[in-house]
Amino acid sequence: MAKMFLSNFILGAADPLVDWELFWSSIGPMVGGGIKNTIPLTLFAFTFGLILALLTALARLSGNKILSGIARVYVSAIRGTPLLVQLFIVFYGLPDLGITLEPFPSAVIAFSLNVGAYASEILRASILSVPKGQWEAGYTIGMTYPQTLRRIIIPQATRVSIPPLSNSFISLVKDTSLASQILVIELFRKSQEIAARTYDFLQLYITAAILYWIVCFVLSLVQGRIEKKLDRYVAK
Amino acid sequence: MQIQVKNLHKSFGDLDVLRGIDLDVPKGSVVAIIGPSGSGKTTFLRCLNALEMPNQGLYQFSDGFKLDFSKQPKKNEILKLRRKSGMVFQSYNLFPHKTALENVMEGPVIVQGLKKEEVREKAVFLLEKVGLGEKMHLHPHQLSGGQQQRVGIARALAIQPELMLFDEPTSALDPELVGEVLSVMRELAKEGQTMVVVTHELKFAEEVADHVMFIDGGVVVEQGPPKEILKAPKEARTKQFLDRVLNPS
Repeated sequence: MAKMFLSNFILGAADPLVDWELFWSSIGPMVGGGIKNTIPLTLFAFTFGLILALLTALARLSGNKILSGIARVYVSAIRGTPLLVQLFIVFYGLPDLGITLEPFPSAVIAFSLNVGAYASEILRASILSVPKGQWEAGYTIGMTYPQTLRRIIIPQATRVSIPPLSNSFISLVKDTSLASQILVIELFRKSQEIAARTYDFLQLYITAAILYWIVCFVLSLVQGRIEKKLDRYVAK
Repeated sequence: MQIQVKNLHKSFGDLDVLRGIDLDVPKGSVVAIIGPSGSGKTTFLRCLNALEMPNQGLYQFSDGFKLDFSKQPKKNEILKLRRKSGMVFQSYNLFPHKTALENVMEGPVIVQGLKKEEVREKAVFLLEKVGLGEKMHLHPHQLSGGQQQRVGIARALAIQPELMLFDEPTSALDPELVGEVLSVMRELAKEGQTMVVVTHELKFAEEVADHVMFIDGGVVVEQGPPKEILKAPKEARTKQFLDRVLNPS
C-alpha cells in the first residue's frame, strides 16, 4: 500500500512507471547473468587481450619487419571493423569452416582479439614513454633485452598505461552486452528475455543500464586507487 | 695495458662523429677526456660500452677479451663487454621504482645471479662507501641530484667492473653538489679503479687524471699528462677551448 502510494505520488499517474514487484523479481536474474557471464567474459577477455596486446606491442617495437607487419595488419583489421561483426564472424561464421564454438568461448575469442588490438597501442605508447636512459641503464649493468623490459621498463610503463587501460576495461564491461546477440546469457540478455515476456522495456533496460553504471563506477574508484599507489615512488 | 682501443670510427648516417680514435688505459689509471660539445667525446665513451655501436675499431682487454667492430659483434660478446664495464650517466638514470639499495642490487642479483643476502651486504657496503648508508631505503625522487649520482656510482660498481666509465657525471648537478660526487670519484681513483671520465671539471682532471685527452671534431687533437695538456697545450684548438672554459664571459 505504501509502495503504491509512493510511486503514484512520485510519478503522478495511476499506472505506475516503476513496477516494484517486477523490479525485485527481475534484478535477481539480471545480477545472476552478470555474475555468471558478464564478469567472467570481461575478465577472461581482458586477461587474454592484455597478453595479446603486449606481444603485439613488442612485435611493433621489435624492428623486425615481418613481425611488425603482422602486428600492423592485425591492429588495422580489428580497429577497422565493428565489434558486432567480429562477434558474428566467430560465432555464426566459423561453423562454415567446420569450427563450431559455444557462445561463451566465441565471445571470449572475439573480445580478446578486440582488446588485444586496442590495448597494444596503449602499451606501445607506454613503453615508448619510458626514457631511453632507463634501457641504457639496464644494459650497462649487463642486463639483456628481456631482463630490462621485465624489470625496468614494464613497471614504469604500467603506471603510464593505467588510465587508458582502465578506459579500455570499462568500455569492455559495457561492450560485453553485445554478446547477447550471440546467445550469451549475460546481464543485458536477461533483461531482454524478461522484457519480451512483460513488455516493460523502459524499466528493464534502465535497470540494466543502472547495473552497468554501478559496476563501472566501482571500477573507476579502483582505478583511482591503483594510480595513487603506483604514483608514490615516481620522480616528479 | 688493461684496455686498448684502436682506430675507433663511428658515423651517424653521413655524419662522421669519430674518425679514428686510439686509447690506452693502463690498469689502475684515470683517463680524462675533455673537449667542446659536439666533439664526439660522449659518443666515444658510449662506444666503449656498446651503447653506440662503432662502425670500425678494435677493443681489447688485458685478459684477452677482444671485440672487432668492423664485424657486427655477437649478442653475448656485447653482454660480456658490458659486464666488464660500469657506466655513470650525466642524468643518473636511476630506476625510479626501486630504492637506492634495490638499484645497487639489481645488477648482481639479476645479471650475475648471486644470492640476495650476499649481494645485500655488498650493496650496503657500497652505499656506505658513497656516503648514503642511511638513505638506502629511499627512492631516487627522495634524493638530491648529488645523492642520486652517488647511488649511480654505487650501482655501476656493484657488478665489479674492470673499467668505470663516467659521462659528464657532474654536469647536471647544482654547483654546490658537484664536490660530493667528485670526492667519491677521487676516492675510487685512489683505490686503483681504472676509469675513463668525460668531464668539464678541469680542476678535477688536473688533480686526479693520469692522462688527459682533448678531442675535437671526432679526433684526438692532443693528449698527455694533465699538467702538459691543461697548463701548456701545444695545439691552438686546445688553447682556445681551455680559454673558453676558464674565462666563460
